[in-house]
Amino acid sequence: MSLVGRSLTALVLVLPLAGCGGDTEGGGGELTVLAAASLTDAYESLAGQFESDDDVDVTFSFGSSTDLAEQAADGAPGDVLATADETSMQVPEDAGVAGEVTAFATNVLVIVTPPDNPAGIESLDELDGATWVRCADEVPCGRVAQAILQDNGVTAEPASLEDDVRATLDKVTSGEADAGLVYASDAVAAGDDVATVEIPGAEEQLTSYFVTTLAQSEDADLAQDWVDLVTSEAGRQSLEDAGFTLP
Amino acid sequence: MIVSTAVKDPLGRPPVLLMAPAVLATLLLVVPLVAMVAATDWAGLPEQLRSEPLREALWLSLLTSTVAMLLCLVLGLPLAWLLARVDFRARGVVRALVTVPLVLPPVVAGVALRTAFGRSGVLGEPLLELTGFGLPFTTWGVVLAHVFVSMPFVVIAIEGALRSADPEYDAAAATLGASRWTTFRRVTVPLAMPGIIAGMVLGWARSLGEFGATITFNGNYPGTTQTMPTLIYVTRQSDQDAALALSLVMLVVSIVVLLALRDRWLGTP
Repeated sequence: MSLVGRSLTALVLVLPLAGCGGDTEGGGGELTVLAAASLTDAYESLAGQFESDDDVDVTFSFGSSTDLAEQAADGAPGDVLATADETSMQVPEDAGVAGEVTAFATNVLVIVTPPDNPAGIESLDELDGATWVRCADEVPCGRVAQAILQDNGVTAEPASLEDDVRATLDKVTSGEADAGLVYASDAVAAGDDVATVEIPGAEEQLTSYFVTTLAQSEDADLAQDWVDLVTSEAGRQSLEDAGFTLP
Repeated sequence: MIVSTAVKDPLGRPPVLLMAPAVLATLLLVVPLVAMVAATDWAGLPEQLRSEPLREALWLSLLTSTVAMLLCLVLGLPLAWLLARVDFRARGVVRALVTVPLVLPPVVAGVALRTAFGRSGVLGEPLLELTGFGLPFTTWGVVLAHVFVSMPFVVIAIEGALRSADPEYDAAAATLGASRWTTFRRVTVPLAMPGIIAGMVLGWARSLGEFGATITFNGNYPGTTQTMPTLIYVTRQSDQDAALALSLVMLVVSIVVLLALRDRWLGTP
């Protein structure tokens, strides 16, 4: 085999490994948290505090609870998993990779509209005839929305059933929809980009958040520290500031 | 992959350095699809296939892809002709611009469409005010997203076909007194027809698989904007088996399209 041939072969053999380098480093001072998208702001503010206290790097993977729970159960690298529903948390529990599961926050559904509320929506009843959006029935925020609409006898049809709550929020902040059903914490995260209308009786259909350490964690103590922080007084304060309610 | 060993190739045996990656490439493309077929719950398949959402989404996908393909032809063929046959100063720039959506992440395409044609978009807002019609959340919005992502494929494929057809025939037609329009109709298009058809099928297939721009611009509602890829994406959130069954349907549709084209692509020795 020629020299060029040999170097090419070597390159072909080494290339696939190069991509894996990041995974094998691991070790001290790094924490990976898989968390439901709606926790983005609350968790990021907690991370600042955690990093300065413990001299660690916190990395987040935010996404749909269903996706993250499945990834965790498949052994995806991660130390902590936080989901926006109990059903998702069941997946890593069944796979035997979840530690003790703690409920740490709740979230209530609200109506958000663009700041000037062009369709003048002040209640669920006024959704009829407006261009409004909610989550699809397949995801937790959609199941909650469906239950609340049913409780209130609302039959208005949405313009779109979004894949997750942030996509729902996005349709409102971009001005495409006159209203959307999202969590109170999403409304807080959107700040001045939306106006919020509370839904009477929505607290009957609370969404609960669960957190656990994962068996694949390379630093179980550090993972537990994060769970402790989330349930501590400081953690509760951050969650409350971000629009969550507390159990 | 069949390598003929019966007849000795005068050029020598294919080198391992080329064969190994070629086999690897084939496996890389085939294994995931085989795995998906193997993972499908066949017992539950008939029930999945009869489901209302599937029929609605499949019909909507076929409808929007076909309408988008026709629009791509009506608008894209003249553009391809312009790029291939007419010498104008900005030609390079125009060609570069129309290929941009080809490399754009679909979600960016969706955001761009929304900025232009959304209910509060640059063109969308006046349209809504004048006519009361907004493109987002409608089937026309889906078609628009499809046209946006498919048109570059159609234009590039047809332009290639027009370029490989000898312009001397056009010139000959002109010397015989044909106007440029007649030449286009009677000479240019018939000569490039196989390439035009390939371009249309390519565009149609791209529309059929379109997901990112559609869901960003139009959202997801059964019967109106929920195409097959969107349905699969949403279903995956709650029912993996159903998502696999739906994926299988898409796979079958894709293979049928490829078979229809086998003379062009699969038939080459």
